[in-house]
Amino acid sequence: MSLFSIFDVSSSAMAAQTLRLNATASNMANADSVATKPEDAYKAREPVFSQVLEQNGGGVGVRTLGITQSNAPNPALYQPGNPLANKEGYVYASNVNPVEEMVNMLSASRSYQTNVQVMDTAKNLALRTLQLGQ
Amino acid sequence: MSDQLFGIHGDALVYRSQRMGILASNIANSDTPNYKARDLSFTDALRSAAGAQGGAGQALTLLQNQPGQLQASHPPGGAQELYRIPDQPALDGNSVDLERERVRFTENAVSYQTTLSFLNSRIKGINSALTGQ
Repeated sequence: MSLFSIFDVSSSAMAAQTLRLNATASNMANADSVATKPEDAYKAREPVFSQVLEQNGGGVGVRTLGITQSNAPNPALYQPGNPLANKEGYVYASNVNPVEEMVNMLSASRSYQTNVQVMDTAKNLALRTLQLGQ
Repeated sequence: MSDQLFGIHGDALVYRSQRMGILASNIANSDTPNYKARDLSFTDALRSAAGAQGGAGQALTLLQNQPGQLQASHPPGGAQELYRIPDQPALDGNSVDLERERVRFTENAVSYQTTLSFLNSRIKGINSALTGQ
């Protein structure tokens, strides 16, 4: 395993964390969306990560298997004045938990930063190795 | 010849770069379900490097008690990849402790730089012996 395979591993992790941050952004943006039917209401999305062995004896990278939707119930709100309200006067809000999303956002950005630092260290060491004997 | 010139530092550099890759994988997979953190055994690496150089250590070799059995070729970094024992189990089966991995990564990077400076000073010494100035 060379120092260069670290770039593949860390960049795959950075891509995965970006996707997670993206999902969090979508969730936060749609936290206050409402719909007439519970099926149409916004469901919180979250990516599922999996490990993947890099080619040529590299390290273990990260791959996104897919996006899961939360199956928590969508809360019904009594808003008879809302144009989207059904006959009984209810609208269905999204099932996004803002606290959970904030924690997700912090965790994703920390992980991203850590991977950038790993990449930076690997780059510096590779450059120093190139300058060996000069 | 190059082994005699640089001593154990060549093997050390291989070990350090391998370990850096493994620690980078651990850090990259800190949020991956069912990922198990791994590391290289320093004792194994040292023993195999010392054995390969005919030092005091004993290299582990395959037993050949029948004619025709092959001897495994000696890998450059003879260290085994082992799974880490986690401090506490996680619900998603992940055994990475991010803080510890970061500390180990930094420590490994410093050791890599140490090896590089050993090699650098050796090269400087050889250079001054060659030029005679």
